[in-house]
Amino acid sequence: MRYGREPEVLKDVGFSLPRGSFHFLMGASGSGKSTLLKLIYLAERASRGRVELFGRDVAQVKPKDRPFLRRRIGVIFQEFKLLDHLSAFDNAALALRVLGQKPTSYRQDVAELLSWVGLSHRMHAMPQALSGGEKQRLAIARAVIHRPDILLADEPTGNVDFAMSLRILRLFSELNRMGATVLIASHDEELVARSGKPVLHLENGRLTRYDGVSRPPAPPPAGATGEAGL
Amino acid sequence: MSETAVTPPMDVKRWWPAPMLPETDGRQFTLLFVLTVLCLLASLSVIGALAAGRAANGWQAQLVGSATVVVRATDKESADAAAARAAETLAGVKGVTEARALERDKAEALVKPFLGPDPLPADLPVPRLVAVELDKKTPAGAAALQAALKSAGVDATVDDHSLWTRQIMNAGALAGWVAGGLFATIVAAAAALIAFATRQGLATRNELVMVLHLAGATDAFIARQFQARFGRMAFFAGFWGGALAAAAGAALRLYAHGQTVAALLPVERTDLFAPLPCPFVAALIAAVTARLTAEGALRRMP
Repeated sequence: MRYGREPEVLKDVGFSLPRGSFHFLMGASGSGKSTLLKLIYLAERASRGRVELFGRDVAQVKPKDRPFLRRRIGVIFQEFKLLDHLSAFDNAALALRVLGQKPTSYRQDVAELLSWVGLSHRMHAMPQALSGGEKQRLAIARAVIHRPDILLADEPTGNVDFAMSLRILRLFSELNRMGATVLIASHDEELVARSGKPVLHLENGRLTRYDGVSRPPAPPPAGATGEAGL
Repeated sequence: MSETAVTPPMDVKRWWPAPMLPETDGRQFTLLFVLTVLCLLASLSVIGALAAGRAANGWQAQLVGSATVVVRATDKESADAAAARAAETLAGVKGVTEARALERDKAEALVKPFLGPDPLPADLPVPRLVAVELDKKTPAGAAALQAALKSAGVDATVDDHSLWTRQIMNAGALAGWVAGGLFATIVAAAAALIAFATRQGLATRNELVMVLHLAGATDAFIARQFQARFGRMAFFAGFWGGALAAAAGAALRLYAHGQTVAALLPVERTDLFAPLPCPFVAALIAAVTARLTAEGALRRMP
């Protein structure tokens, strides 16, 4: 994977995440963690190699079908990307609204989820009025409200203290127990060690550690970008 | 803001989704104003076309329903006697409801603009005129009138106003085309404006579009947001533009009564209802334009 004429950001990356697994994606800043996540949540296209989602090669997915793949993925962005003109409740309900469901059918679910992430008292607050931790939990609520099959999080604990990090980690573990495949990009080694979850480690765009994932049968040819499968 | 900040409890059962696009700002007010002006102009063009059409039809009806016969004196018969005989002859032609010889002073009045206000010499051979009223449903043609006069031995020329009728019809048709062209131009300008605003909206709300895409929104879903926003805005613009045009038409009826402009543009009360569809037409044009523009732009996005 490369941006324009820049050097390759990811190369020889090959792994397959089992359904219902929980992994941390670790690596220093610039190692390619965010790019790898973007490839998985279809925000970027691989310049070479292959990315499979739910058994489908994403390069072969027609543009009109991409939204339906994205609906099976929940994403928590490093910078939250909450919609500032919508209340916490509206932000959390976004994915269900996009699905075209009637508000009467999901508003109770949204309220319960916001309570679950500890935001019952901030439901109609605007994102600008929320603290970093509250924004983080709201972003999590928005990512999981539609019960995605895969949950991707990019540095979800980067803006909160350690106690809040542990609380967020417990939320992810709970979602994982409910069946979601979870992949969290983080460089918080203490948190990762405390979680006891398997780790994928990226170093200069290459995977150097593969805990609990199947690796490709043979090293990809030189220059290939490798493959990722879910 | 601290973690423990508390906002008043929310009544979840009364919650309803907020608009997906941010609420109006200054640029939207400007857009609303320009759309209102365009709707006003479009409505005025429709009212104007209706009034101009009515004026042309009225003039045409007047001309088609009458004819004028110019009678000349002969060696054997004076102009007055010839005119009286011509009127009698023409009154008996099928398709003529009335034929009336005009007195000398009326004939002289018609030539006064060309010969001046002084009394005309008594021996000046001023042709006499016969005004002929034709049946509205089956009017007699100029040829039939001419033939009747010829058989009666009257030296006369029939003018059935066909030259003027043709010119008025042409002028009426031209007014219709001009109004139609103006209307089409205004519609095209409004559509271009909406398309531009939609593209601007997509560009300035790039992050919103990205978040919606990643949440699984289809291009159609995102385009629908712009369609609804601009459709609603155009509806209001159409309402106000149409109302202002109706008010202008009413003012024309009220204050121009009896003046030349009222004869050229005879606005009827029913014309004031012509802008009624304006909000719906404006909303439809805006909605379709916004939808197509947004879908096209989204399709080109990576």
